[in-house]
Amino acid sequence: MTYIPISSSEREAMLTAIGVEKIENLFKDIPARYRFPDLNLPPAMTEMEAAVEVGELASGNETVRDLVSFLGAGAYNHYVPSVIDHILRRGEFYTAYTPYQPEVSQGTLQATFEYQSLVTALTGMEVSNASHYDGATAVAEAVNMAYAQFRGKRTKVVISPTVHPQYRAVLRTYTQGMGLELAGDDPGADLAAGPASLRSLMDANTALVIVQYPDFFGRLYDYTSLIADAHAQGALVCVAANPTALGLFKSPGEMGADIVVGEGQPLGIPLSYGGPYLGFFATRKQYVHKMAGRLVGETVDNRGQRAYVLTLTAREQHIKRERATSNICSNQGLMALAAAVYLSVLGRTGLRQVAELCYHKAHYAAAQITSIPGFQYCFDTPFFHEFAICCPRPVDEINAHLLEHGILGGYDLGQDYPALKDHMLIAVTEMNTKDEIDALVEVLSEASHD
Amino acid sequence: MTEVIEKTIFELSSPGRTGVTFPDPDVPRAELPESLLRADLPLPELAEVDVVRHYMRLSKFNYSVDGGFYPLGSCTMKYNPKINEDMARLPGFAFTHPLQPVETVQGNLALMYTLQEWLKEISGFAAVTLQPAAGAHGELTGVLIMRAWHKSRGDVKRVKMLIPDSAHGTNPASSGMTGLNIVQIPSDGRGNVDLAALKAACDDTVVGLMLTNPNTLGLFDEHVEEVIKIVHDCGGLVYGDGANLNALLGIVRPGDLGIDVMHFNLHKTFSTPHGGGGPGSGPVGVAAHLAEFLPSPIVGILEEADDEQPPLFGFIEPKRTIGRVKAFHGHFGMLVRTFTYIAMHGPEGLRQVAEYAVLNANYLLARLRGTYRVPYDRICMHEFVAEGRVEGADVHALDIAKRLMDYDFHPPTNYFPLIIHEALMIEPTETENKDTLDAFAEALIKIAEEAKTTPDLLHAAPHKTPFGRVDEVKAARELVLCCWLPENYNK
Repeated sequence: MTYIPISSSEREAMLTAIGVEKIENLFKDIPARYRFPDLNLPPAMTEMEAAVEVGELASGNETVRDLVSFLGAGAYNHYVPSVIDHILRRGEFYTAYTPYQPEVSQGTLQATFEYQSLVTALTGMEVSNASHYDGATAVAEAVNMAYAQFRGKRTKVVISPTVHPQYRAVLRTYTQGMGLELAGDDPGADLAAGPASLRSLMDANTALVIVQYPDFFGRLYDYTSLIADAHAQGALVCVAANPTALGLFKSPGEMGADIVVGEGQPLGIPLSYGGPYLGFFATRKQYVHKMAGRLVGETVDNRGQRAYVLTLTAREQHIKRERATSNICSNQGLMALAAAVYLSVLGRTGLRQVAELCYHKAHYAAAQITSIPGFQYCFDTPFFHEFAICCPRPVDEINAHLLEHGILGGYDLGQDYPALKDHMLIAVTEMNTKDEIDALVEVLSEASHD
Repeated sequence: MTEVIEKTIFELSSPGRTGVTFPDPDVPRAELPESLLRADLPLPELAEVDVVRHYMRLSKFNYSVDGGFYPLGSCTMKYNPKINEDMARLPGFAFTHPLQPVETVQGNLALMYTLQEWLKEISGFAAVTLQPAAGAHGELTGVLIMRAWHKSRGDVKRVKMLIPDSAHGTNPASSGMTGLNIVQIPSDGRGNVDLAALKAACDDTVVGLMLTNPNTLGLFDEHVEEVIKIVHDCGGLVYGDGANLNALLGIVRPGDLGIDVMHFNLHKTFSTPHGGGGPGSGPVGVAAHLAEFLPSPIVGILEEADDEQPPLFGFIEPKRTIGRVKAFHGHFGMLVRTFTYIAMHGPEGLRQVAEYAVLNANYLLARLRGTYRVPYDRICMHEFVAEGRVEGADVHALDIAKRLMDYDFHPPTNYFPLIIHEALMIEPTETENKDTLDAFAEALIKIAEEAKTTPDLLHAAPHKTPFGRVDEVKAARELVLCCWLPENYNK
């Protein structure tokens, strides 16, 4: 089955107009010995057959609906209001390209402008770009921006070891060859010490300090004084934030952050096995010229109507080529639309409600779990909807036991932090009922003395 | 006085409205840490119906592939099959968490493994990663792999990336991000890479060449094997920019030609939608000698199948990996769409995709040749570049592009590639019928007439769209990038 709408008689007419006898003759520039290879692929299916085949693969998974999930670690099981996908499925949105022609793209442009506005409101910042690929690459782009801001003269980046391990891994990949020193990227560091331990790493050569809020272990810190200290060294500070937490807690903007990035998946985007998600990126107006990514600005058209257009495009790769801060071209446009619709329908009260539900349920779960002999809090810092628990047995054994009872356990922290062997990171969202939490506690109690 | 056609979501807000409510907590309320709470959350307040109507109205301001012909050169705006959307949203996929134990997501992993195999077969490469998020992200991945390969051989003096003057802007930007120096290679009189210039640039400091083939003129390089050989002979590698792979499906495999590494644009070649700017998906294929440098992890078989059990799929870390380029496993939802598309096409269907994409482009070229100048006029591949000007008329490519909107067509890419004066880059794709192509050609022919008789009609175009030409200078000067800050409303 193909989607080619040309009949054989039309094809013949077209070939005649071109002046060749058959389609094969259009490919004479291809070296003859490699031309028209036989591809060893399964024969074509009809839509009916493909739907069955793909459906069987989908049913080969157990999902967070089949199981009761307490897994987070950077991707969270939140309720996605029905309205979001109805809007995303408008062909006018999802089958359009990047809005290069503003006269026929005002839908995408205004929606993106509103997304930028919602992100600045949520993060407490002044400008937001139109999106990056995900939270991890947004962190890497923050480093690119800071590097460019100091024209490459500051060559040190301080990153907290409690930033998501995969974000740190991506940063290591991105910066190879840039001649940057990554300080603090040490999973063996004292993880209980909190952000103050980063101070000794900051100096006059530091371009950027990166922390996570809440951090990878769910802990909430007020970074205000850390940020002031970084500024005293002339460094910029990037906070990688969870957007749901920002519905309840102080924004990084209030704390003085220069850049706020994060994974936007919690804002109405399905788990979808890790993507496509949404990297959000916000900063202060003074840095806008060094910020990567697309930007939509307000203007007017020649009929006096308020309109929107891609602006400051001279920063971007198609104009600045190798001197651009970033190579980003395609971004996460449709995912940004999802986040905008999510924030619009939840609004001022709904997002706070979700954040509070997560908070209360997570704290109930934590209190119940730590009342089981052998299970203890790992840290005594305030947390949001995720917390690290010291377990009496290896996490993979406990998780295998939980899975037998239809429960998807937490993330095994020992795989990233040697000191946190036998520690589990448990996430609780508004999707987890008290009954589910009680069931988790019951199975964990069994697990503790099996 | 500026007229507001559609208020912003903040202007539509009315205190006290809400679009979604959630249940009260079924657990005791915990104490909140007062000092950490935010004082205010300045988000809008709307009912669901307000939000739906707002976005419905906005959607009507967009031109889209579902709405009409979108011949945006280099972007492969083909039809996005509806079944793909349904498959990506199947609950079995949509509700899986990226960190689940592999035993619970064998369906996902089987799909990813199979797709890796299919992409290898289609491209002629030895290994594929599905992790990169978009084409430019794939380029960055590929450039890092090339550097890592040289470094692994102790060859540390290579600092130059050769890039033809017809390349996409992402090529130099991707190389620039890794600190390489860019050396531009000119095109020859037939639109191929200039062999003499290439030879002169090739020495033992060359990392490689980034080659778009067919190039952005829509032409397949007539000396592609020689180009590759010259680069290999100086110890360099050849990167293939897969943005134009739609012309090559079942026609030739880039790996067979000797290309070392290439990214795929699933959102161009394999019909996943562009989403108004993204998400894309940019898997990378490599020849055997580069396989162990791929980003980590890739999907592999942990335990082989036997008579009773299917294989156990899981993640494998390539031995000398460049590292991770993205959190989790790539744009999985896009991979489901691509899998569905390839499954439905099969080998013959994929070849037809390329054949008809090339047929459609050559047909349009034949219809327009007499009206618009085509500087490199030979049989083209999936696209071609004409000059957007009319002899004796004071109009530019931009005017022609804008006037096309009045005929209800999306304009072609204009002013790219930079090596063509007033470029109009036209890519029809295989999913357009002859009637549409004829209507488009006739509109362009009519516009050429208008350019001579009533040029102001073009200068002021478009007339029939909901919005007219916008003031880009004002946007850049005033930089209003956000609508919630109070100062934006004090004007």
